[in-house]
Amino acid sequence: MTLNYSISGGDFASAGNASSAVKSILKQLNIDNGTIKRVVISLYEAEVNVAAHADNGTITVDIDNVSVKMVICDSGPGIPDIELAMKEGFSTASAEVREMGFGAGMGLPNIKRNCDLLNIKSIPGEGTELNIEILLNQAKPTER
Amino acid sequence: MTIAELTKKAELTSYTGTTGIKKVVTGGYISDLLSDVMGRATQGDIWITMQSHLNIIAIASLRDLPAIIIVNGTKPSEEMIEKAINEEIALLGTEKGAFETGGMIWNILNGNS
Repeated sequence: MTLNYSISGGDFASAGNASSAVKSILKQLNIDNGTIKRVVISLYEAEVNVAAHADNGTITVDIDNVSVKMVICDSGPGIPDIELAMKEGFSTASAEVREMGFGAGMGLPNIKRNCDLLNIKSIPGEGTELNIEILLNQAKPTER
Repeated sequence: MTIAELTKKAELTSYTGTTGIKKVVTGGYISDLLSDVMGRATQGDIWITMQSHLNIIAIASLRDLPAIIIVNGTKPSEEMIEKAINEEIALLGTEKGAFETGGMIWNILNGNS
């Protein structure tokens, strides 16, 4: 099953719509709560990153018997130093975004913690592509 | 404890009427950083925050948090209330700050008041 969504930069009111739609579908498919939680956290953080940093983006979600694969592709400033961006607490978000409680530098680390595979490709000045894979029925030891 | 019981005991203001009041609160989480709540809150927690915008409803819904208490007397917008009702999240409020609210909810959930 393949699902497609789009996100616009700055549109925080719609951030979470794709995560919410995917959550409903995973529930209908009887996927366990732990896996749904990991998908929802990863996808929501990715959606917010596009709203906070990019001009626009697309989301493709592939669900099969083995895993949930998500590709979040945006046009935007890109990430010049991915290693730095992965550090908890590092953020380039605007003051306005931080006032809303976003931009605490926890988004990418949250994704990393909750997924089984994360691949980030970015070209500064062009955009970023996140590939996230979450295996089904494989709760991580950090699961609360 | 249900949202209805907790709302009454803690004398909270309810902005969403009977929405979600039969749901059970099993714990709580206090934070104004949305990724922190997203990553660390536990299903069934009541969320105490000073944030008051649409995204808090989305997060509560995505993470199965039955209710949000907005502290310091900040009132939610009509749009937020509408979204909360649609998502079956109880949107509550208090004039108290987060510290006092957290202490009060802790005591009620642990049978100390």
